[in-house]
Amino acid sequence: MRRMLFKSLVHGPLTEAAPKADDAALAELAAQVDRTARLRLGRTLSIREVDAGSCNGCELEIHALNNIVYDLERFGLRFVASPRHADVLLVTGPVTTNMREALERTYQATPAPKWVVAVGDCARDGGIFAGSYACVGGVSAVLPVDLHIRGCPPSPITLLQGLLALLETVERSVK
Amino acid sequence: MTETTPAAIKLRDVIRAGRQVENHSPWARAVIKHEDWRQAAASLSDGQWTLLGLWAERDQVHMAIIDGGDLGLLSLPCEDKRFPSVGQLHPPAMRLERAIRDLWGLEPEGLADTRPWLDHGKWPPATFNDVAHEAPPLAARDYAFLTAEGESLHQIPVGPVHAGIIEPGHFRFTANGEAVVRLEVRLGYVHKGIERLMQGASIERAAMLAGRVSGDSTLAYALAFAHAIEAAHRIDVPPRAVWLRALMSELERLANHFGDIGAVCNDAAFAMMHAQCGHLREQVLRVADRCFGHRLMMDRVVPGGVERDLQRDSEKEVHSLLVQIRKRFPELVELYDNTASLQDRTVGTGIVSSALARQYGCGGYVGRASGRAFDARRTPGYPPYDRLQFEVPVREDGDVDARLWIRIHEVEQSVALIDQIIRQLPRGSIRDPAQTVRTSQAHEGVALVEGFRGDVLVWVRIGADGNIERCHLRDPSWFQWPLLEAAIEGNIVADFPLCNKSFNCSYSGHDL
Repeated sequence: MRRMLFKSLVHGPLTEAAPKADDAALAELAAQVDRTARLRLGRTLSIREVDAGSCNGCELEIHALNNIVYDLERFGLRFVASPRHADVLLVTGPVTTNMREALERTYQATPAPKWVVAVGDCARDGGIFAGSYACVGGVSAVLPVDLHIRGCPPSPITLLQGLLALLETVERSVK
Repeated sequence: MTETTPAAIKLRDVIRAGRQVENHSPWARAVIKHEDWRQAAASLSDGQWTLLGLWAERDQVHMAIIDGGDLGLLSLPCEDKRFPSVGQLHPPAMRLERAIRDLWGLEPEGLADTRPWLDHGKWPPATFNDVAHEAPPLAARDYAFLTAEGESLHQIPVGPVHAGIIEPGHFRFTANGEAVVRLEVRLGYVHKGIERLMQGASIERAAMLAGRVSGDSTLAYALAFAHAIEAAHRIDVPPRAVWLRALMSELERLANHFGDIGAVCNDAAFAMMHAQCGHLREQVLRVADRCFGHRLMMDRVVPGGVERDLQRDSEKEVHSLLVQIRKRFPELVELYDNTASLQDRTVGTGIVSSALARQYGCGGYVGRASGRAFDARRTPGYPPYDRLQFEVPVREDGDVDARLWIRIHEVEQSVALIDQIIRQLPRGSIRDPAQTVRTSQAHEGVALVEGFRGDVLVWVRIGADGNIERCHLRDPSWFQWPLLEAAIEGNIVADFPLCNKSFNCSYSGHDL
């Protein structure tokens, strides 16, 4: 382990490695997110993720935001374990009828001011699951949604772009 | 033949004795009588056969079975909306039968557990296949969890919204201090009605739905669905497409195993493995994106072939990915193997006995870590794996550590497989659009595909109009979730995340 840790010291973080096109876009986004986030919220914006019926594809990409390549937390954005600690609900899925109540209760447990981001095509309007007896069809059918992030699933870069857009929305709504 | 002793009963004899259904492939499906259905349940219960799936439609129930190397389907018409319960003799069928009752209103006669499973009492009435839900709406708090009684026992309810970024489900722990006395899982929260959406859908739309049953296994589902359609319509897939499908399958396996290995270690608070494995996972997803235009490769496998060809430049990308994994992964394996504090958490934790794994026909790393060497790439097997060299790792310990080691070995096998695939990749077309079949009668197909989590079963009936009449998709998690409840017994509550992650069952795949 010591050998690996030493190597990490010598080689620097993996986050900056491999300057390919998407990494460049990431670096560009990084600066923007950082500036805006600090302006409005100091250093932190806490996010509570709620799966309201997704196929788990969106969860995989939201997870990726936490890996060392995207390292979401360096922007002051972090995922929290309870809605009571959250500023933002990040909701995925077409909202199944069986998850509706849990989603509503999670929203009620989140202190104001709070924002809701619907992630993925099915969170927008039910997507491919629209019309099912078991789906409500989109997060906005249940909660007031501040932002939709499109994609099936949205890539981590798209998610980052979306969170930036959210920060701008937050700023406007506060002014 | 119902007079013979259970030991003498072969699945193929039962199928031969029944009324064989035409246009069903590649395995036979036979309509059988009540007493043969009961006998089949007994053969499952005796452990001679293994249950692959149990599902229904309006007026009949179907059961997919594996008997040694033989696979086949048995069907029972239920004119009076009843069928003899398999679950009363063979517990792995219990939740499947509860789901049948919820979705189709067919009553499994003799099933002791009368609680609903996927139906939480919230669906609008008479929506699924016009089956009226007679049961009164059931509030979440009314669901009667199984009890455990004792003076110092307390209950811990967890979910459906969890602390991490994971899918929703409810866990009800009964604990004695720190030790778990009983865990019962309640699922169904992400039931989307996928099978109902598929009814009447075009094959293209149904393929997209199949790819969204469980996002982490999108490729396995798309492949199983494609295999079933191709079997039904006897479509030949171009050789290049067959090999590209295997390449994508192994990339999916790699990405998920890297994610899981890191996440299991993370749940033992060993962040370094998580960071390193997460990085490897990201590299796999990026290569998948550059090669096939989607990080998870959704909608890339379609009935008849694949949607996107692999360019020559991309072959190099795959090669350099293999080089990177071969360089970095052994160091991580060594790190895991040499960190006593980490092993202290994983070794001996969450043990699944080999008897249970066999009884439940538990697939994937959960089954293979408990001595069940089943792999759908071998049995029934599908091309191109018959022309590839690979091993199916098996362990006997059945603990978190064993499930982690199975994944480690499967990563090694997948790397070796991708290497072989890239070397032997045939040239040619990737999809034959000329093979859209239109016939005057229904055709049925069935397929079993090895996803990263285990074997995915898909059964489909295509109507005369070329649309889907009925499709059933069975996630490997159906036979893994119940074993998680067994694995945690006697362990401490704090080890539950570790056990759960080492299983990594799908909620969405199970709930459909």
